[in-house]
Amino acid sequence: MWQWLHSWGSPRWFYLRSGRLLFGLSLVTAGFLAVGVFSGLFLAPADYQQGESFRIIYIHVPAAVLSQNVYITVALAGAVWLIWRVKVADVAAKAAAPIGMLFCALTLLTGAVWGKPTWGTWWVWDARITSTFLLLFLYLGILALRQGLPESTSGRSCAVLALAGLVNIPVIKYSVEWWFTLHQGKTFSLTQAPSMPAEMYWPLLLTVIGFHLLFLLALLLAMRAEILEREQTRDWVSRLVGGYSP
Amino acid sequence: MHPNRRKRLLMVIFLVGGLSTTLALVLVALNRNLDFFYSPAAIAAGQAPVSKRIRAGGMVLQDSLVKASDSLRVEFSIGDLQGFEVRVFFEGILPDLFREGQGVVVTGRLTTEGFIEASQVLAKHDENYMPRELAEALEGYHPPTSSQAYDR
Repeated sequence: MWQWLHSWGSPRWFYLRSGRLLFGLSLVTAGFLAVGVFSGLFLAPADYQQGESFRIIYIHVPAAVLSQNVYITVALAGAVWLIWRVKVADVAAKAAAPIGMLFCALTLLTGAVWGKPTWGTWWVWDARITSTFLLLFLYLGILALRQGLPESTSGRSCAVLALAGLVNIPVIKYSVEWWFTLHQGKTFSLTQAPSMPAEMYWPLLLTVIGFHLLFLLALLLAMRAEILEREQTRDWVSRLVGGYSP
Repeated sequence: MHPNRRKRLLMVIFLVGGLSTTLALVLVALNRNLDFFYSPAAIAAGQAPVSKRIRAGGMVLQDSLVKASDSLRVEFSIGDLQGFEVRVFFEGILPDLFREGQGVVVTGRLTTEGFIEASQVLAKHDENYMPRELAEALEGYHPPTSSQAYDR
């Protein structure tokens, strides 16, 4: 088990093995997203108070869950890089950050679009929304460090920043319980009974799983590109691309 | 474990642990100042400043809504589960989801008489979703006219 895990830390091994997963993963991702989005938009009944506008949860809630989970991924990968110097971990941290930033921006955008008809405002500075806004800036900070620093030190700085920002994650998660917020309590939970009937819940479950798979797929693709770029002078890469060397 | 790795592991643990402790202390110090709004109980207890812009949140009480016939002026009471309530005056357009029994957050000034002159009313939604048929079957409840906009 330890041996097997260790072998994934080698960029070459990671590149070759992950290539075999791509096709199957793409199919499953497309399946989950297609069924989830279709049933959420067309099969699920309209909400008794919000009408059709509630359907934005099928994008908003998965995007919000992912913006936090991707951040945790970036921070953990950064920690593995800091402590054990596993090269693939730094590749993962670099590749995951922009994906997480997009999910976070999507969360804020869909939330604003939903807030206007439901609450009567696009934006309020309540604890949930403000802490999510802070998360977007943490992502932007990590991206700026990655771009701005030389490659030899950027991984370390990004990892430290990501780990420091990790304290924001429980604040986002529990903000709706610790304080009075305009934002409602959590909609999606794996450990509690759903707060909606099954025909509204299962499309949400499908899109949440689908978004996780989509992240995994995007992460693998970005990591593979990054590995090729970092290892471009190695023999295995030049053999892979047919003898061409830059 | 290799001594260098152990050192770096400890540094990461100190970084995350130290920052978490700092943040926890800050949050405890700020205590309720991060609340988005005051509850009617907090207003009754005199915690909300008078004549300053504040937010108050609660449920719109049943049969408390009075609409003026010649203007957009409305008044209603918001209450909480402990039985405290506060009267709100507002002139403007109410959000679609505004109705009696619904949670709202109002922004306005608390007058010396203990009323709120609101400049903005936001509807607060809870995390429960239901199809319309189910909601009707559950409590014989039909959403009032303000939500009919969705039917068009």
